[in-house]
Amino acid sequence: MKEFLWALSDGAVIAKRNVIKIRRVPEVLVFVLLSPVMFVLLFAFVFGSAIEVPGGSYREFLIAGIFAQTAVFGATFTGASLAEDLQKGIIDRFRSLPMSRSAVLVGRTVSDVVYNVLSLLVMMITGLIIGWRIRGSLLDALAGFGLLLLFAYAFSWVMAWVGMIVPSPEVLNSASFMVILPVTFIANTFVPSENLPAPLRVFAEWNPISAVTQAVRNLFGNIPAGVPPPDTWPLRNAVLYTMIWVVIIIIVFGPLSIDRYRKVGRRS
Amino acid sequence: MTTEAMVEATGLVKRYGKVTALDGLDLVVPKGTVLGLLGPNGAGKTTAVSILSTLLEPDAGSARVAGCDLLTEPARVRKNIGLSGQYAAVDEHLTGYENLDMIGRLYRLGGARSKARAKELLQVFDLEEAGQRPVKTYSGGMRRRLDLACALVARPPVLLLDEPTTGLDPRSRQGLWEVIQYLVEQGRTLLLTTQYMEEADRLADDIVVIDRGRAIARGEPDQLKAQVGGERVEISTATDAGLGRAREVMERIAVGGLQVYERTRTLVAPITGGAAVLTEALKALQEAQVTVTDAGLRRPTLNDVFLTLTGRAAEPGEEEEEEREEQAPEDGEPEEERE
Repeated sequence: MKEFLWALSDGAVIAKRNVIKIRRVPEVLVFVLLSPVMFVLLFAFVFGSAIEVPGGSYREFLIAGIFAQTAVFGATFTGASLAEDLQKGIIDRFRSLPMSRSAVLVGRTVSDVVYNVLSLLVMMITGLIIGWRIRGSLLDALAGFGLLLLFAYAFSWVMAWVGMIVPSPEVLNSASFMVILPVTFIANTFVPSENLPAPLRVFAEWNPISAVTQAVRNLFGNIPAGVPPPDTWPLRNAVLYTMIWVVIIIIVFGPLSIDRYRKVGRRS
Repeated sequence: MTTEAMVEATGLVKRYGKVTALDGLDLVVPKGTVLGLLGPNGAGKTTAVSILSTLLEPDAGSARVAGCDLLTEPARVRKNIGLSGQYAAVDEHLTGYENLDMIGRLYRLGGARSKARAKELLQVFDLEEAGQRPVKTYSGGMRRRLDLACALVARPPVLLLDEPTTGLDPRSRQGLWEVIQYLVEQGRTLLLTTQYMEEADRLADDIVVIDRGRAIARGEPDQLKAQVGGERVEISTATDAGLGRAREVMERIAVGGLQVYERTRTLVAPITGGAAVLTEALKALQEAQVTVTDAGLRRPTLNDVFLTLTGRAAEPGEEEEEEREEQAPEDGEPEEERE
């Protein structure tokens, strides 16, 4: 228990440091916020005119998918920041201090929630401007927002682990792009998954990113009227299925990342 | 000589794949003394410091730091050490003050004490004015001072300094030496790695010369200097024939083997006796009709120490720690091939 409280208090010190850095290096923030805006506009106007969803607007259908994709991509920032701290020797300094062994990771993942909140807000504003609306209750919409943040938080532990394995921040950025892009596309994020070929459809149906998208779409009231209700368990129980993934990811990648942190040495 | 040892390492071994970075290194640092770990790039200095600061686990061997076992009580070791690395691991986007305050809180001094200590250290390290600026605006010397200050935040009894002055200009180095001497006067126990004989000579009570992960000599600076010769006379001649005659002359005067660099017609002779011996040498050279184009007296460099102890130059090893090559070469170090 005492160890846990120290992890939180040390983690808060680290989080504060990371938040100061957001202010000192505003360029990073600009890019973190601009790319989701670009995604919203690109998909809405390029695909929006070509793709039709039965009985509804593609733009509304699309927004939840972009939110989910951005939440996952946002985790790359967690990994890249850790890889950078490692490269600069700052992790060495932290590891030589009598601080909690999980604090650097706790502080990192928590402070990165700030980025996720900001990028979600910016995307929502962009969405509202191009005609997206929340059609459910406000409470549901907040729940959707919360679910996105929670999933993003869990996924940042995956990238934290990856960030301490790759040799440099640059490798992390390109490697994660290659993995995250297909995973977020083979899902119901941008097109309804029913129309995908069989193997991809099965993958899409069990893909947690589909579940997050489905859950958020539902909570925002953005499911087009003409779309039949999903017939697979993960998508019918999208919120529950998402929560199961959140728990599994944290249980697996939390200890894995902390263990990695204990052993990691500086690399050039 | 039965003072308590604050650092005591026995038979440290560390391998990176096929490369052996440490090959059975023993170290003892008595309380309140400074041990200089002297060696070229890749000798294993950084590995040794990484192990003693709990960043790396040794493959074999054991060590106690401040009375705590490195392997079984690493958390207690960390409470008692301050580490300052070669690469100035401070956060460049934070100000000097914020860096120190953060470290204080992570040593769990609490908010008020961390703030007070940060201010105090900025003053001690002559960084008061720069304290509110982000570290990325600092010069190399300022960063090193801040890095050293970070190691001192919790007043740990043992300080591990990995090449604190490597890559600094002579003035910044001088400034850092003064700070380190101040720490020594305060009775701290210090383990300092360096590639500079002069630095070890000036700061250390004891020196361990390390090469390829092994100690190849140890002793007080004076003993070591007596072993390798206290000073060096460097003579350049106008002609090759002159170099040959100069060699004969200097072999009589030198206290050890000569280094002869034919390409530059230069020779280096270890001597004891300082300027008087240099004068004597010049006189003897004149009598032997050698035209001397340059002559000087200097202190032995790490390279001289290595030549004397191992018969080969201090070359970077192939250790897998990333010790940069860009460091300024030591003053007057002859880099040409040896005969």
